[in-house]
Amino acid sequence: MATTSTVSRVRRQLPTSPWLFAAPGLLITGAFILYPFVSTLINSFTDRRTLVPGEFVGLANFRELLHDDMFWIGLRNSTLYVLGVVPALILLPLLLALLVQKAIPGITFFRSAFYTPVVASIVVVGLIWVWLLDDRGLVNAVLETVGVGRIGFLSDQWLLLLSAMAVTVWKGLGYYMIIYLAALGNVPRELHEAAAVDGAGAIRRFVSVTVPAVRSTMVLVGALSSVAAFKVFSEVYLLAGPSGGPAGEDTTLVMLVQRTGTGLTGRVGYASAISVVVFVVTVALMLLVLRADRREES
Amino acid sequence: MSVIEKAPRPVTETPAAPRGPRIADEHGRRVRIWELALRYVLLLAVLALTIGPFLWQLSTSLKGPTEDIYSSPPRFLPGDPTLHNYERVADTIPVWDYALNSLKVAVANVVTNCVGAALAGYALARLRYRGRRVATLVFILAMLVPVEGIIIAQFTTMRELGLNNTLIGVVLPGCISALNVLLMRNAFLNLPYEIEEAAFVDGANVWQRFLRIALPSVKGTLAVVAIFAFMGAWDDFLWPLIVLSDPSKFTLTIGLNYLHGTFANDERLVAAGTIIAVAPLIALFACLQRYFFRGVGEGAVKG
Repeated sequence: MATTSTVSRVRRQLPTSPWLFAAPGLLITGAFILYPFVSTLINSFTDRRTLVPGEFVGLANFRELLHDDMFWIGLRNSTLYVLGVVPALILLPLLLALLVQKAIPGITFFRSAFYTPVVASIVVVGLIWVWLLDDRGLVNAVLETVGVGRIGFLSDQWLLLLSAMAVTVWKGLGYYMIIYLAALGNVPRELHEAAAVDGAGAIRRFVSVTVPAVRSTMVLVGALSSVAAFKVFSEVYLLAGPSGGPAGEDTTLVMLVQRTGTGLTGRVGYASAISVVVFVVTVALMLLVLRADRREES
Repeated sequence: MSVIEKAPRPVTETPAAPRGPRIADEHGRRVRIWELALRYVLLLAVLALTIGPFLWQLSTSLKGPTEDIYSSPPRFLPGDPTLHNYERVADTIPVWDYALNSLKVAVANVVTNCVGAALAGYALARLRYRGRRVATLVFILAMLVPVEGIIIAQFTTMRELGLNNTLIGVVLPGCISALNVLLMRNAFLNLPYEIEEAAFVDGANVWQRFLRIALPSVKGTLAVVAIFAFMGAWDDFLWPLIVLSDPSKFTLTIGLNYLHGTFANDERLVAAGTIIAVAPLIALFACLQRYFFRGVGEGAVKG
C-alpha cells in the first residue's frame, strides 16, 4: 500500500498533464478557428487588403454593402438556395429511408449505393453533372431523343441555379437518408398497425404516424441543411464557373467572399464584412428552425 | 448508431412455406408480391439515378478519340474501351503528383485528428483540473463557427505564418477538428470509470491509463474519426482552392477544377480525372461501410 507515493504522484502529475493532453487541440482551435473568427470581426471594420494592413473605417464596409449590387445578388441567390434545397432535403430522404427500411433481400446493397454520392468529392460530383447537363450531354441527348428538345441548363441564369440545387439535393440524399433510417428504427410499429387496422391508407399513415414520430429528426435535418445551403459555394462555382454564370447573376455570398478576399489584391476588410453577414444569417437560420420547432411543439 | 448492424437479417426462406420461397418482413409476416415488386422497381429507379451518373462518367472516360461521345440517342457503353484517356490526362496535368499531394494531406489529417482529438477528448472527459469547463466550451464554440465565414481570415493567418501555398497550410486549420475532440470526449465519458480507477490505485500513471486502458476501448469512434478525416481532406475544395496558388502543389480536387477550366472541351479527359479522384474513396467506402454510416449518426446527433 504505497498510499503516500500515489498521492505524491497525483500531485506531481495533475497540474501539468491535463494541459499537455489538451494543448495541441486548444492550440490549433485557437490559432485557426477562434483567432480567425475574432479577426474576421475586427477586419470587417477596416479597409485591410491582402498586402496592406489597413485602418479602422467604422461601418464603411457595411454601408458599401447596401449599395453593392453584387452583394444583393449573392444574398438573393444564397437565400433562394435555402428555400429551394431545404424542403427537398427534409422530405425526399425521408421517403427514401422508408423505401430502404424494410429488410428485403439486397437492401444493404441499395442503402450503400444510395450513399455513394455522399462519399464522392463535391468537385467530382460537380464535374459529373456539368458533363451530364452540357448542351451536348446525356440529359439533353435523352431529351432530344424523346422529342422535348435541348435545354440550356448551364447557360440560363435561373436554370443554372436550379441545376446546382438539384446537384446539392442529389449529393445530400444518402446522408440524410441514414439519419432518418436511424430515427425510423425508433418508431413503434404498433402505431402503424393500429392505423392500418383503422383503415388508414399509406399516405394517411405517412402523414399521421411517420411524420409526427420523426418530427425532431426533420427539424435536425432542416437545421443542418439550411445552414449548409446558405453557405453554398462549390456546386454553383463548378456549374456556373468562377465568375458566377452570365453577368455574375448566379454568384452566391460565399463565392463573393472568395472572389473579393483572396489573391494579392484581395479586399480583406470588405470580404470580412460579407463574412459577418454570412455568419449572422447562419446563426439566425438555426435559431429560426429551433424556434419554429418549439412553437409547433407547444 | 450503426444502421446496417441494427437492421434485422432478411428471412428469405420459411421452411414450412408450401409454395416455394417466401419473402417476409422483420416480423416474420409475408410481404405481398406486388408490393415487393413495386419496392424493387422504385429501388432500381433510385439506383439508376444515384449510380448512373458515375457509370456514365466511367463510360465516357473509356471511350476512344474516334468514338462520338455526343451521339443522340446516347450510347451507354464504349464501343471500343480504352485506357488511352487515363494516359492523356497524366500528360496534360501531373495527375499522379496531385493524387500524391491529396494522399499526403489526407494521411496527415487522419494522424493529427486521431492523436490530437483522442488526447484532448481524454483531457476533457477524464482529467480533473481548473479550467476544464473553459476548455470544453472552447471546443463547443469552435464547432459552431461556420468555416466559410472565417476563410479569408484563415488565409491571412496562413500568410502571416508564411504557410500559404504549402500542403502544411492545407492541413493545419482542420488538423484537430473540434467536432472530433467532442466525439472522442463523449466516447471516453461512456466508458466505465471503475477500470481506470483500479489502474490508478495500482499506480498506473496518466499516460499508461490513457494508452493501455482508455484508448483501446474507443477504437470504434477512433475509426470513425479517421475515416471522416480522410474523406474530408481528400474531398475538400474551398480551402485548398484559396490557400494553394502554385499548380505544382495542387491537390486532386483543385487539379480537376484546373483541368476543367483549362481543357473544358475535352470531356474524356475530365471524365478520366474524376474517376481517378473518386475511385479510391468508393473502394474505401465499400470496405468500411459500417463506419461511414456510424459517422453520420454520431456526427449529426452529437454535433
